[in-house]
Amino acid sequence: MSQKNMIKGPVYVLQDNIDTDLLIPACYLNLVPTIPEEYRKLGSYALAGLPEGFTKFASNSDGTTPYPIVIGGRNFGCGSSREHAPIALGAAGTKAVVAESYARIFFRNSVATGEIYPLESNERLCDCFKTGDEAEIDIIGNTITRVSDGKVFTLKPAGAVAPVIEAGGMFAYAREIGMIKG
Amino acid sequence: MTITEKILAKGAGVNVVNPGDNIWVNVDVLLTHDVCGPGTIGIFKREFGADAKVFDREKIVIIPDHYIYTADEKARRNVDTLRDFVAEQGLPYFYDPGTDSYCGVCHVALPELGHVRPGEIIFGTDSHTCTAGALGAFSTGIGNTDAGFIMGVGKLLIKVPETLRFVLDGVVPEYISAKDLILNIIGDIGVDGATYCAMEFSGTTIDALSIEERCTICNMAIEAGAKNGIIAADEKTFEYVKARTDKPFYPLYSDADAKVKAEYHYDVSQLEPIVAKPHLPDNKALVRECSGIKVDQVYIGSCTGGKLEDFYMAAKIMQGREVGVRTLIVPATRYVEKGLDTTKINGQSLRSIFEEAGVEPIAPPSCAGCLGGPSDTFGRTHGEEVVLSTTNRNFVGRMGSKKSQIYLASPYTAAATAIKGYITDPRDI
Repeated sequence: MSQKNMIKGPVYVLQDNIDTDLLIPACYLNLVPTIPEEYRKLGSYALAGLPEGFTKFASNSDGTTPYPIVIGGRNFGCGSSREHAPIALGAAGTKAVVAESYARIFFRNSVATGEIYPLESNERLCDCFKTGDEAEIDIIGNTITRVSDGKVFTLKPAGAVAPVIEAGGMFAYAREIGMIKG
Repeated sequence: MTITEKILAKGAGVNVVNPGDNIWVNVDVLLTHDVCGPGTIGIFKREFGADAKVFDREKIVIIPDHYIYTADEKARRNVDTLRDFVAEQGLPYFYDPGTDSYCGVCHVALPELGHVRPGEIIFGTDSHTCTAGALGAFSTGIGNTDAGFIMGVGKLLIKVPETLRFVLDGVVPEYISAKDLILNIIGDIGVDGATYCAMEFSGTTIDALSIEERCTICNMAIEAGAKNGIIAADEKTFEYVKARTDKPFYPLYSDADAKVKAEYHYDVSQLEPIVAKPHLPDNKALVRECSGIKVDQVYIGSCTGGKLEDFYMAAKIMQGREVGVRTLIVPATRYVEKGLDTTKINGQSLRSIFEEAGVEPIAPPSCAGCLGGPSDTFGRTHGEEVVLSTTNRNFVGRMGSKKSQIYLASPYTAAATAIKGYITDPRDI
């Protein structure tokens, strides 16, 4: 199995209705994601909207996160259409979010940008993991494994958006199917 | 088919679409603003080349509104980025801050300026783009990547949503507004109750509502997770649109036997004033149940609660009374701002009513404190303020401070609360 289809590392666990103001507060929306320096800054502010008491997310000294996997509950990413939200997670070094369900625009932006995999779980994984637990995601096999005891949880297949995810985003997909050239 | 399905079928150039179909649709209007415009332009140039031209200059509308009255250097740079792009591309529809063309909040300005027409397909880089569905258009929010794609191609791949139909009948009681109707619905179905669906509103209550009040309802469809909110066009819509644009349009309507995912019926005649408590728009309570909760600030403004009729409602309560708490008035657009002077109750202008009541100096039109923003943003919270607001979101940190608490309510309830200094049912004033 190819290494690029595996995501391994500690998880950061959140609950239901994680909104875009928590993911990236509006005071950082003056940063433009297509400017590389500001893209990196957005990463350093990922989940900066969480209330006091949460473990800092982008806690590495270079502004990235030690958590390649974020686990959430229902309606992950609700609220604004700000693409800064999945970008902040991606820029911080997160590879995948695993949630019970997603708000539509966040899911769409995750797929369109190719920044993170928005994966859907069959079970309520935010009750099965705690922040810092090691996990391993198999993108092809649609599973996430809790490394401590080897328990395997299944993920829902990507369905109709799979070709866009596999292509790496909206533009790559549109080029593949000939909708745009070059 | 439903109205949403018919508009999308027309946009795809096919006779029939079904919910779940993934289709390429032609875009009639692409809306962007100062927060997402620069990133959209960045993607457009990265993907289509530094010299690329937009797909259709007439179909791109740029309305800066978020961070306008701030000293923040990046915010000012972002507006300059829009200016450069508009000049380079020769775009006709740009409403530049600091000039006479400046308008204010994009979702209120878009219909005001005649850019919303029944039967059309509108995408905007802001989740409250769903507001424009109130005029019988398909209108929804997207991210920068999709917007950059549309800029170059004029099309977007989208999934046809299922429809949830909301039939509202009965006469709206006094001191109840569209905001109470939609907060009640969101409270019933939850913040993910309409995820990926179209919310279609109809019934005698909707027929009787003004265009502005219909906009208040469709604006908050996203707070239930919907892809779009939509109200079929009627004579009122035609009159509103024709007063603002000469462009022809082709309204579409749901078939009587159109299949929907679910249908909800409401008799609004017994509805009471509603509030959404911190920290989600579906955290519904009767205003009466929250009566007496002390507030530090009342905020009347935004794309959902800063229209002329919103201020009319607030002024009805405030006339001849004094506010007992810091009260902020932020007209959504220049048109609304002018209306504060020209619209009168018992011969007194709305502005004069507010000033006599002792509100803070009325702010110039923009998104202002609704979504926090740079630290010098008007109306932004900085501490543990309890705010009652006519805006649309009360997430943790939404208005700036993570420690402040936001209650969402109608302009009537906001005004009554401003007078008393604690949450107050407007019928008790």
